[in-house]
Amino acid sequence: MDETILETRSLHRHFGGLHAVADVSFTVDRGMIKGLIGPNGAGKTTLFNLIAGTIAPHEGEVSFRGRRITAWKPHAIASLGIARTFQTTKLFAHMTVLENVMVGRHPRTRSGFFAGMLNLPWTWREHQQIQSSAMEILEELGLSEYAQETAANLSFGRQRLVEFARALATEPLLLLLDEPAAGLNIYETQELAELIRKIRDRGITCLVVEHDMSLVMNICDDLLVLDQGRKIAEGPPRAIQRDPDVIRIYLGDNHVEDPQP
Amino acid sequence: MNLTRYIPILAAATLIITTQLLLSAIGQPFYMREITTSAYYALVVIGLCLLMGYAGQVSLGHAGFFAIGGYVCGAMTTCNLIDYRGAWLLTLARPAKLLIERQDLYGRNMLCFSPWGSFIIALLLAAIIAYLIGLPVIRLKGHYLAMATLGFGLIISRIVQGAKVFGQADGIYNVPPFQLFGNIQITGDSDYRIQNYYIAWAVVLAAMLLAINLVHSRVGRALRSIHQSEEAAHSLGVNTFQYKLGTFVLSAVFAAAGGALLTFYNGAISPSEASVMKSVRYVAIVAVGGMANLWGAMIMGIVLNFLSLRHKFGIYDEAVFGAILIAVMIFAPNGLLRMPRRELLQRFFSRRSYG
Amino acid sequence: MNLPQVIQYCLSGITEGSIYAIVAIGFNIIYNTTGIINFAQGEFLIVGAMSAISLNAILPTLGLSEALSLPVAIVLAVMITTILGGLVELVFIRRVSNPSVLRLIVITIGISILIREAMLHIWDEKVRSLPYFTGNEVSTVGIFGAHISPQSLWVLGISAVIVAGLTLFFRFTAIGRAMRACADDRMAARLCGINDRWMVTLSFMLSAGIGALAGCAISPITQTQYDMGAPLAIKGFTVAILGGLGNSMAAIAAGLMLGLLEALTTSQFPVAYKEAVSIVVLLLILVFRPSGLFGRREMGSLRAF
Repeated sequence: MDETILETRSLHRHFGGLHAVADVSFTVDRGMIKGLIGPNGAGKTTLFNLIAGTIAPHEGEVSFRGRRITAWKPHAIASLGIARTFQTTKLFAHMTVLENVMVGRHPRTRSGFFAGMLNLPWTWREHQQIQSSAMEILEELGLSEYAQETAANLSFGRQRLVEFARALATEPLLLLLDEPAAGLNIYETQELAELIRKIRDRGITCLVVEHDMSLVMNICDDLLVLDQGRKIAEGPPRAIQRDPDVIRIYLGDNHVEDPQP
Repeated sequence: MNLTRYIPILAAATLIITTQLLLSAIGQPFYMREITTSAYYALVVIGLCLLMGYAGQVSLGHAGFFAIGGYVCGAMTTCNLIDYRGAWLLTLARPAKLLIERQDLYGRNMLCFSPWGSFIIALLLAAIIAYLIGLPVIRLKGHYLAMATLGFGLIISRIVQGAKVFGQADGIYNVPPFQLFGNIQITGDSDYRIQNYYIAWAVVLAAMLLAINLVHSRVGRALRSIHQSEEAAHSLGVNTFQYKLGTFVLSAVFAAAGGALLTFYNGAISPSEASVMKSVRYVAIVAVGGMANLWGAMIMGIVLNFLSLRHKFGIYDEAVFGAILIAVMIFAPNGLLRMPRRELLQRFFSRRSYG
Repeated sequence: MNLPQVIQYCLSGITEGSIYAIVAIGFNIIYNTTGIINFAQGEFLIVGAMSAISLNAILPTLGLSEALSLPVAIVLAVMITTILGGLVELVFIRRVSNPSVLRLIVITIGISILIREAMLHIWDEKVRSLPYFTGNEVSTVGIFGAHISPQSLWVLGISAVIVAGLTLFFRFTAIGRAMRACADDRMAARLCGINDRWMVTLSFMLSAGIGALAGCAISPITQTQYDMGAPLAIKGFTVAILGGLGNSMAAIAAGLMLGLLEALTTSQFPVAYKEAVSIVVLLLILVFRPSGLFGRREMGSLRAF
């Protein structure tokens, strides 16, 4: 499964004088779990936003399954099959958990203003389908008992799960996870690792921004390292661990093994 | 499909019928006139509630759309084209039943647009204008959007005040009745009073039906999601711009329908219907009814307009709406009808403030 | 048009434009400190002018000399309006829990309606005006052949004094700096011990005060009527946006621009079009460049309250 599902070429994005992302090119192969790591301020979330369409790059390109999606709007990108979660959960606070996930079915369904207002019969069937597929996902993630609960009332960990469920409801081919382990304890992180692996086994490629190194080393097939907006290294976790440039940006110059005494 | 959502409609229908029977029985049927008028104003409020409560957009210019509906219908049904009979455009319009010949008050022959024709054109025009205005304006946020819609309302207000074809300061009058089917017509004639009462309510309930359906549909869910987290909705495939624009256009059409039908009912329309105060009034009603509460908005629309029309507020009419706006925002930002009474009293006596 | 006419139109434009600029500055002061756009801003000008008019009529009967009556009336009117501004904030704005942009828009609209209706009931709908500060309605001053009213010079002078005063206040006084700190970062200002709630009240009071002063200055020229607040607010808002919301220096330039544009319009077209100018400008700027002529692109998105 070496087909490239996502590719970026020389992505550039600056804010005023700050180069958040500078000349970043990398690829993600289908079916892999790719990690995106780097110190704070390295530009990881900006890179995510560039891929997901929240902001547009000043230079460079993004391609998904061979198709240029640079500067496409987020909803169009979602329809193509890229879903994302957010660093701070953005649930629809006043809607129920089930409704939250039902919104996730949006790109795969089609009843619009007129059909909705007139409550045409074909929309009833679609509504049934939306509801049952949303329930299915909730069951899989162990959230079915919270289906009718208002999203804002859930615990933090469960809210994160709901955001997961919602993203999965869009039937994505590529899932962008922005610091999914943030704020989770050890057990929850382990469960998260299991979940991500299960998702990957279903055929969904994952691109994960994370700070939790144990999680990253555990589940990622490949890593991309950013620092100050630039790509520092790309490769399998073992190689990255030993890469002197990577070590330097995390731990400083003193720790790089100097081959010449 | 959950049918419980329609229960309030049946309840409302029962109440409406009961009220009419009651009023007729006790010999006070003229209240129906104000109720009918309030019903047409409620159309605006229903549409605005969809826009403000569900799509989360504010509009300080909705009286403009009301005016578009009313003035277009008024002007088209009263402008005498008899001198232009030969024009080819008119000969096209004739078979389409758009034009009719009729006699005015003084027995002179007139060639005007038919009420049906003008009604449809008015709604289409309102939709087109709303679309064109919405395109650049909907993507603005918060205060900018409010000001832009205010500016739009002001422009419409100036146009109807300044243009000869719209009667300038006097407005348009002698608007003919709207012949719906057979002998059913929208008119202020007291012989048709009860009929018009039911026509108005039928229209309002139909609008509520459409609005309720929309809110419970995929689009309604998408709108609510936009309101609560636009970024997340966007990332889930919801075309936020199109949905906001669609709701804007829909609310404009509702408002225009209200304006058009009320113009036929009153037989006239005046520039005050396009004023900023009217727009603010509609916003106040939606706020008091509960931003995302369709029934609350409709009920408040009827109640407040009725009281205003019966001059219950006297010379303090405008001030009352201003006070309502303030009070609702402080004490019951989610609308009066959603507040448990105890909490309402608590808030009234406490020294709350933002931190 | 010959030169004297051009100068006349320009000066009239600049005069009115400077008032718009003051209104815009009033908007900016409150917006900067709180993120709120105060729809009632225009009412402060009218309240100030109306109060001064009434006081000016009453004071002589209380024994004050004719010559002093006008200045004292103006000072008192400014004080009254300033207190009104503070009251508005204390009684209404502060009480809004969970303030959101929508709620604050709605509530300031409500406040502007209440103030206007109160004015209607206190002063009725008659048109009034303050007497000319120097001279009367026919006295003129000659500048390059153009005849302009000395009141115009008063307006320009007072506007300049207001701007200079504000600049000094914000730069050199502790309170002024505290307000700027609040504008920059409210939480940080609070952590430094600045009472941000009072800064909010103060910003309302300040905006009300300068509004009142401007209202008094322009009253002899444009006359004063209870419902003139709203159109002024709209023009002031247009100017504020034109310059870039929050940027008071730019507001001055933008105000003068709008004033000149209006003057140009009245010189060539029927007077009715003058009203339309500001609305058209407003819509154009909102559609094409909400960050204003002098604002940075990224600032086009509104600050979250």
